[in-house]
Amino acid sequence: MPEVREIEVRDTAAQAAAALSSAPADAEGADLPGEKMVLNMGPSHPSTHGVLRIVLELDGEVITRAEPDVGYLHRGDEKIAENMTYTQFIPYTDRLDYLAPLANNVAYALAVEKLLGIDRQLTPRCQYVRVICCELARISSHLLGVGCFAMDVGALTVFLYTFTEREKIYNLCESLTGARFTTSYTRIGGLARDLPPGWTDQCRRFLHEVVVNIGEVEQLLTRNRIWVDRTRDVGIIPKQVAIEYALTGPNLRGSGVDYDVRKAHPYLVYDRLKFDVPLGSVGDSYDRYLVRMEEMRQSVRIVHQCLDQLPGGPVNIPDGKVVLPPKDKVLTGMEELIHQFILVTQGVNAPPGEIYFGAENPKGELGFYINSRGGGTPYRLKIRAPSFVNLSILSHLLPGHLMSDTVAILGSLDFVMGECDR
Amino acid sequence: MTSRELARQLRLRFGSVLADPVEFRDEITLTLTDSERVGEVCTHAKRTLKFDFLLDITGVDNYGEDPRWTVVYELYSLTHRCHLRLKTNVSEEKSELPSVTKVWATANWHEREIYDLMGLQFRWHPDLRRIIMWEGYPYHPLRKDFPLAGKPTELPDIAFTRPAPLEGGPFVTTPGGKDAIEREPRARTPQT
Repeated sequence: MPEVREIEVRDTAAQAAAALSSAPADAEGADLPGEKMVLNMGPSHPSTHGVLRIVLELDGEVITRAEPDVGYLHRGDEKIAENMTYTQFIPYTDRLDYLAPLANNVAYALAVEKLLGIDRQLTPRCQYVRVICCELARISSHLLGVGCFAMDVGALTVFLYTFTEREKIYNLCESLTGARFTTSYTRIGGLARDLPPGWTDQCRRFLHEVVVNIGEVEQLLTRNRIWVDRTRDVGIIPKQVAIEYALTGPNLRGSGVDYDVRKAHPYLVYDRLKFDVPLGSVGDSYDRYLVRMEEMRQSVRIVHQCLDQLPGGPVNIPDGKVVLPPKDKVLTGMEELIHQFILVTQGVNAPPGEIYFGAENPKGELGFYINSRGGGTPYRLKIRAPSFVNLSILSHLLPGHLMSDTVAILGSLDFVMGECDR
Repeated sequence: MTSRELARQLRLRFGSVLADPVEFRDEITLTLTDSERVGEVCTHAKRTLKFDFLLDITGVDNYGEDPRWTVVYELYSLTHRCHLRLKTNVSEEKSELPSVTKVWATANWHEREIYDLMGLQFRWHPDLRRIIMWEGYPYHPLRKDFPLAGKPTELPDIAFTRPAPLEGGPFVTTPGGKDAIEREPRARTPQT
């Protein structure tokens, strides 16, 4: 039985009068240390982008202590992964960073392929299509990140502009994968299916439209007096602190650290593509916003190059022990039937060993640590979620800021709780 | 410098407690035989060998084996652009090892997560509380002896001990009915 207690409600006027009368006369005029107030923000708060809860201790309007509380969206993904085959876990990766499911699919598939030792055998077409997927996911995620960030600090229009473009990406996802949100597009050793006819033209049309949109958003925000006032010099993360807290993605680069997994350790065909990595100089919320805007432009550039260079050929590697055989062959060929049966019931046969693979996702470095003892299921699968790591800086970053800056800082960190809580 | 070279340098300094490096898929794994010295080794790796970036800490439950726990540190050096894995084993009776929060601030949440989901203690951790599960939850769900479906608890009002709230709800198909009218919720007249 929950205990019912009476809450003591004191008359505020009487309280203030009592405080005045008890104050010593000589301290009059001096800034008295006020009573600290504890404010609970979230888990259901529009600016926490999901279910983040922060317990803030305030002195007037200034934050003196911040205690983030995560875990409200915990679904036990790592535990689930230990109980199923590698292929069966792909749909769960959609639900990590649910604003960029395609990028999660690619990162997970690459991690398992690294464990199997087939990451260099992927067909060229598969690699290019995967890069296109990653970059579309990045554009989509940054559009949402910037849109929500702007909405949180009061610029509602931006949100409507960016969501118009995101809708087009969802349409592209739908014709590519059959689903708008939970794409589950990659398979171990390839893709669920090839590009549908006419998709590249749709994609090109979208790329031409989205740069116009990015320009419009830039006009709405970059030199907007209110926007600059709300974000500049707010939430400054110096270079050393960003490294100390192992921030990744735009948050790290906003602080001026030149680390992008696509450049440092190129996977897929990133070493064949030309793109720049934007860096911030101050490390404030405004810099992180600028980095995201430029990253979108660079992503557009990457997708253009991929579409130009897109080779033909199959999307899956020709290895019956990894990739499911075509359905018509299963019904006619003995070997294919056996492969199909083994792959569906037992999964790919991974060697014992352990690997870590990190991919540059929109939110930061999404890493998978896979500990295999052989067979079709991981013994331990750890997800290094960029949002989880990025949020750990909050208790260091928030104190000293105004309460209203919390919203700007949270927006600029651009996190997703589905990934943070796993 | 490559990971291989850095691993060699680390072994020169701590040769007595670091086992031979294992190479798999171009990654180097070093196993530390004495988990008590993890802080010392990590400090050296960070200060001298410039492993300034701690990517991740993972706990592994080797259930049924001795030692039961493995803690895996994924180190990265922004200076040398290379990765090194450091592992150490902890026995079940001990279930405790020194914290590395003093070395990398990011270790704070990773160690809290391992404490929460695996039940390992980190000595000298500034704030060792549950992070993913809620305060007062009695188990460590990532242990191998914790069932996937969860466990009922003796503590009412703290952990979920009752069936999921949807069971028997207005939109749930009732199994075992003889025809669709009995099974289908939409065909049922709502009970008042």
